Amino acid sequence: MTAEGTTWVIKGARPLGGEPADIIITDAAISEIGPGATAPRGAQALDASGLIALPGLVDLHTHLREPGREDAETIETGTLAAALGGFTAVHAMANTDPVADTAGVTEQIWRLGRAAGHCDVQPVGAVTVGLAGSRLAEFGAMAESAARVRVFSDDGRCVSDAVLMRRALEYVKAFDGVIAQHAQEPRLTEGAQMNEGVASGRLGLAGWPAVAEEAVIARDCLLAAHVDSALHICHVSTAGSVEIIRWAKSKGWRVTAEVTPHHLLLTDDLVASYDPVYKVNPPLRTATDVAALRDALADGTIDCVATDHAPHPVEDKETEWAVAAHGMTGLETALRVVQEAMVDTGLLGWAQVADRMSARPAAIGRLGGQGRPLAPGEPANLVLYNPATRETVDPATHASRSRNSPFAGMTLPGQVVATFLRGRPTVLDGKPA
Amino acid sequence: MNRHLISAADLSKQDALLILDTAEELAQVADRPIKKLPTLRGRTVVNLFFEDSTRTRISFEAAAKRLSADVINFAVKGSSVAKGESLKDTALTLEAMGADAVVVRHSASGAPLRLSNWLRGSVINAGDGSHEHPTQALLDAFTIRRRFGRGDGEALDGLRVTIVGDVLHSRVARSNVWLLHLLGAEVALVAPPTLLPVAIDDWPCSVSYDLDAALPKSDVVMMLRIQQERMNAAYFPSVREYSRRYGLDTARVGQLPEDAIVMHPGPMNRGVEIAAEVADSPRSTIVEQVANGVSVRMAVLYLLLGGREVAQ
Repeated sequence: MTAEGTTWVIKGARPLGGEPADIIITDAAISEIGPGATAPRGAQALDASGLIALPGLVDLHTHLREPGREDAETIETGTLAAALGGFTAVHAMANTDPVADTAGVTEQIWRLGRAAGHCDVQPVGAVTVGLAGSRLAEFGAMAESAARVRVFSDDGRCVSDAVLMRRALEYVKAFDGVIAQHAQEPRLTEGAQMNEGVASGRLGLAGWPAVAEEAVIARDCLLAAHVDSALHICHVSTAGSVEIIRWAKSKGWRVTAEVTPHHLLLTDDLVASYDPVYKVNPPLRTATDVAALRDALADGTIDCVATDHAPHPVEDKETEWAVAAHGMTGLETALRVVQEAMVDTGLLGWAQVADRMSARPAAIGRLGGQGRPLAPGEPANLVLYNPATRETVDPATHASRSRNSPFAGMTLPGQVVATFLRGRPTVLDGKPA
Repeated sequence: MNRHLISAADLSKQDALLILDTAEELAQVADRPIKKLPTLRGRTVVNLFFEDSTRTRISFEAAAKRLSADVINFAVKGSSVAKGESLKDTALTLEAMGADAVVVRHSASGAPLRLSNWLRGSVINAGDGSHEHPTQALLDAFTIRRRFGRGDGEALDGLRVTIVGDVLHSRVARSNVWLLHLLGAEVALVAPPTLLPVAIDDWPCSVSYDLDAALPKSDVVMMLRIQQERMNAAYFPSVREYSRRYGLDTARVGQLPEDAIVMHPGPMNRGVEIAAEVADSPRSTIVEQVANGVSVRMAVLYLLLGGREVAQ
């Protein structure tokens, strides 16, 4: 497995979709890039003609499930899925069992990620102890641990208490942290099952109103401005949320936001099958929302794509809608979905895809060695992607331990051919290296 | 006809009329001294009830037994489901027992549709969450058609039906809006704004908040049950206020056209959505609805289980 020290020459790849060039990787860094770059003797050659080279993707929002729900995913399987999706770093959300609310748990997750070796695992710390929403977790201890936690989130639950949210935003300023909010007003979403709208009325499922997300985002933007701290908004799903974030950014406030691949492609009419593979938090919204999210990602109002990869075992999805678990897998399909929703529609070029899926999430997550440009001297984190193929998604072939992909059976463009993590291939020929 | 009956919206007008006409024919069995036909002898009908509903369960049971089917009642309380068995495992168990039809009542919207993916036999939705209750709508259509003297092959064209109450949570309302519209009736919904879905524009009906304005334009007024739990969740300020604004009392009945009828799917809250005098008045079809329920469910079982001719 260890290829450190191996020199690679990647021939004819198109960096950021541009003109073909050769990329030389020496040790863990890119040493040369350009047309006809001279390969040192003994270099391993990889024919990449027709493939696009992008910096390794960075996911701000992944549920790796370990510790606690190793039946759904482990750090080994989840990070392998990430590598196969073109990722070189993922942020592991804190809602494990035990919750990642101490230096000990976050360090353990970080170490398991290093041992697995498929991509970097950056633990996210909980905002409140046990995600219970009553008292702050020890941010400082997590920040100073080996895991160097900078992003804190109770994701899966909203920090709904305004005072607690204010204090969290203030406190993390001491070490340049960021609070990633799961915006969901709890009272407005009691028993909620799907987006509240035409489809929920017809299907007799309790509605999850857009305002439950938007009200919390508006409040938190104002709080972040008041204490001059950094707020990141997880999985933005409504057109109204986009408007509020656009307004907050126009004020110069330190607000960033992410959108998931599934919210860029899927709509709530899919729920008519009552198949819980479409059950997710926040719920799938309408075509109007999808269009607004795409535009916002294109114009930069939404900073980045984050998968919210949420694996669940079969028995938690093969049920009636109301009792099924929320969440969808996404690591292995993210780039393909972004091509379908954003690139093939003309909304984003590949250089902007690199920005939204690598540079910006790395900056928001305070990851130094990730999200860097494809340039000499930079860490050799990169993905080679073939945009010209089209294939049906079959979750049975996924490396993730779970099969709850909402894209199952859909035909999507593209294939991740190779992924390099600091010069070492984690994926070659579309398979684990 | 489809193999399953999950939603009234899945029916064609032709299917719906076939069910009503067949029910009319089968209703005559109820007038005989021996109320039984051999049509479904040897077939097994399972009543799978995840929610208490004695009325619907015994209606289906009577319907199946009058057609000579073997009936198995599978109630959830005290069964393996209460011990954590999944819907799928319950389905596989019923499949292994050779159920030809499964009549399912469930508190979760969509449960019958999920079940139909795992069963070879027919699934009949006997009420799922706030989604649909198609046999209730069919028996309501049957009752309206009879009361207005329309016969075989005739639909409900021109009749004005007003449905009043908790539309938001009502599976009866959802099935009726689609079925009655399909059959040519003009459907109007009347409810406080809190008890209507927020987006209802694409439903084939009109919507208003004013019961008194709707009554003079109604040939049929269908009162929905107000559930106890709504009373404590701020859907309306108090039961008395609800009753004053949306209850059908004798004064309001006076605003109805002379031959208009009053319906209720039961069970009623007398004195809340409907006054006792109105429930017991000659306009009321509430008892007929129960009797008609058996005929309509016989027709559904008969048609779904592939009976060809009604035995004489």
